[in-house]
Amino acid sequence: MIGLEHYLALSGILFAIGLYGALAKRNAVGILMCVELMLNAVNLALVAFSRYLVPGVVLLTGHIFVIFVMVVAAAEVAIGLAIVLTLYRRRETVDVEKADLMKW
Amino acid sequence: MGISVAFWLLAAIIVIAALGVVLLSNLFRAALLLVLCFLGVAGMYVLLNADFLAVVQILIYAGAISILLIFAILITPQVYRGNPFGRFRLPALFISGLMLAAFILVTLGTHWPTPAAAPGAALGGSTILPLSPALFGRGGALLPLEIAAMLLLAILVGAIALLKEKRNDRA
Repeated sequence: MIGLEHYLALSGILFAIGLYGALAKRNAVGILMCVELMLNAVNLALVAFSRYLVPGVVLLTGHIFVIFVMVVAAAEVAIGLAIVLTLYRRRETVDVEKADLMKW
Repeated sequence: MGISVAFWLLAAIIVIAALGVVLLSNLFRAALLLVLCFLGVAGMYVLLNADFLAVVQILIYAGAISILLIFAILITPQVYRGNPFGRFRLPALFISGLMLAAFILVTLGTHWPTPAAAPGAALGGSTILPLSPALFGRGGALLPLEIAAMLLLAILVGAIALLKEKRNDRA
């Protein structure tokens, strides 16, 4: 029997994988991909809560949250890629360790 | 029974695809595995009775966002240099392992008050009908929806302003 714990554990695993990638990668596009993984993990947890904790009534607050997270994720990836392309145009690199323009 | 099999299958697909996204050195293949991971999450939404979100997940994540990422990978030709790890590989592994342990411990240690009734029973069919009053109706999320529209407009203008070729950009 699959319960809420299963979904939450899967969400935690997915979030941890995404966090590891976002912290450890050097390519800016790779970091954006890992951030998307983390957002997906959070969405999965929200939908699981929405289904398992209030099944008696039609309360779709978790679904509403997921919709707004998706909107912000689309905005984030659009502006993030614009910044990455600007960085590439200026400095011929997408390596975040070389993007140290604002480092004291 | 069928739901258990589908859950474990989808969970295996999601975790393996996510590990591939992080560990593969070819960035383009990592992006393709990211699409697979998004599709697995959409399958999870179907298992959780969230049909509308499953469709939106495929449209926005597997469709739009991954296409944007693949375009960015192709425009910035560093695919050949791979997708290396930076200096912080071991601290990142430590921190994310710590967070994973915390997640699992909290998840398993908490008593979740899940009701005995079959989950999602009151929902019956599709979630599309109850979602629209929750978004647009009285007491719904109408103001955040309008703000989200403004955010998307601002993002569009901002992306165009960032990427516009200036005359003396390269000097």
